[in-house]
Amino acid sequence: MNLETLLSLEYPLTRLVIGLLCIFAFVGLNGLVLVWVERKVAGHCQLRPGPLHVGPHGLLQPLVDAVKLIGKQLVAPSGSDKILYWAAPLLAFAPATVCFLPLPFDPRLAPIPMNLGLVLILAFSGLGVLSLILAGWGSNNKWGLLGAARSVAQSVAYEVPLLLSVMAVAITAGSLDLYQISAQQGAWPWQWYGVKNPLAFFIFLVCAVAETNRAPFDLPEAESELTAGFHTEYSGMGFGLFFLAEYANMIIVSGVAAALFLGGWQGPFLPGVLWFLVKIYCILFFIIWLRWTYPRVRFDQLLNLSWKWLTPLALIDLALAVIVAGFGG
Amino acid sequence: MSVSQLIEEAYTGLKSLVIGLGVTGKALTQPGVTVLYPMEEVARDNLASFRGHVELVGKDEDPAVPKCVACGACVKACPSDCITILCPIPAKEGEAGGEVKMGPAPQKGSKTPGAVYVDFSLCSLCGQCAKTCPVDSLKFSDNPYMVRFDRKEFRIDLLARLKRLAGEGLE
Ligand code: SF4
Ligand code: SF4
Repeated sequence: MNLETLLSLEYPLTRLVIGLLCIFAFVGLNGLVLVWVERKVAGHCQLRPGPLHVGPHGLLQPLVDAVKLIGKQLVAPSGSDKILYWAAPLLAFAPATVCFLPLPFDPRLAPIPMNLGLVLILAFSGLGVLSLILAGWGSNNKWGLLGAARSVAQSVAYEVPLLLSVMAVAITAGSLDLYQISAQQGAWPWQWYGVKNPLAFFIFLVCAVAETNRAPFDLPEAESELTAGFHTEYSGMGFGLFFLAEYANMIIVSGVAAALFLGGWQGPFLPGVLWFLVKIYCILFFIIWLRWTYPRVRFDQLLNLSWKWLTPLALIDLALAVIVAGFGG
Repeated sequence: MSVSQLIEEAYTGLKSLVIGLGVTGKALTQPGVTVLYPMEEVARDNLASFRGHVELVGKDEDPAVPKCVACGACVKACPSDCITILCPIPAKEGEAGGEVKMGPAPQKGSKTPGAVYVDFSLCSLCGQCAKTCPVDSLKFSDNPYMVRFDRKEFRIDLLARLKRLAGEGLE
């Protein structure tokens, strides 16, 4: 193998490295932007201005926050399992970046196109649960452990309907490749799977909000009410990585939702990447809007919603999708 | 629970969720209602419901003189012991005029307070004093901007404050 093949974009390893670098930059930048958007939306929902003083309209506020977070001392509680304790935030963040690889930003701008992209995302996002357990267990703290147990129960409960709703679309599309699925939909809303199968879209959105621990399902991180939970003991960038992972996960679920239900990069006039980003940001805005609208649910309500409503509904939806696909094919 | 009931419940639940989104969505587009404090201050008429330290209420015919009849009920009612009301002690027969002595209210023969202090550094804003006053002579002030360097400065001379406010015509 010579240098030329190594530097060519066609060579998978080079592509992977460049893709990962781009993703790190994308995740970091998006984290900053989303923190700002989140605080601005929160402010305006509550009829106050939100961050205002650092930079025009408080635009530099997230940068200053990040500097503060990085400057903080990293402390591990005594009696904690140091390896597990520090592995947890890394483990929360690393799979999130991998999940970006199969996202269909544009037919020509694909980090790694793969025909099992959907499965890869679902599998790696499952790893996040492991990081929660490690964080809770490694902290040597009762609240941390209880919080981790709570988070795991929530993640497991919502993974089921999420998978079922995704499968309904995959069966309709006859593919697990996010590019294929996006390509099958058209540029206009009535050609999107989200409009053709609104029930799956709805279930997916609810589960996505719950899986990313966003309000009204933010029991894993109710700082003042439930002593936060799995990340109680983390300081500085230890906490910062969990934080960044949450935002990265939000972008991933929004990306998957855009690809599966809103036609991915397809849209009139604008280039594909822009359409994809616009769709992602619309969903992100919606998720943030939800957070500042609804109060947190109780834990039994949370589990009931998943097991008694979403799972059966998703099963029905999947059965219908299978029947329709059977007749169609 | 029957299936129709379940569906009805889910329907009303979903409807309320959409209404909730509408409420915050509308708020998103409206201008804020807060002020940027050090640069701007809240308009006075917006402070009517603010519970600042207690202050005296002036008489209708003479706002510089408090309604207070120096009964001392508020002093007794205050759980934090922050109100001080002093009354002039009438000079006894045969005593020289000289300086007027002050004693804690109530004093025989004195129907007006000689001095009223409230120590805001002790006050818990419970409102017991205002509730107890038989002539409604105490109320919460609308004074949110209180910054001092010494806690002794939070001992506020209410009579002087009332005179000042009446002089400024603010009541
Ligand atoms: S509000 Fe309560 S604590 Fe304050 S002066 Fe009145 S009685 Fe005392
Ligand atoms: S209770 Fe009212 S009238 Fe009596 S001393 Fe206090 S302020 Fe004056």
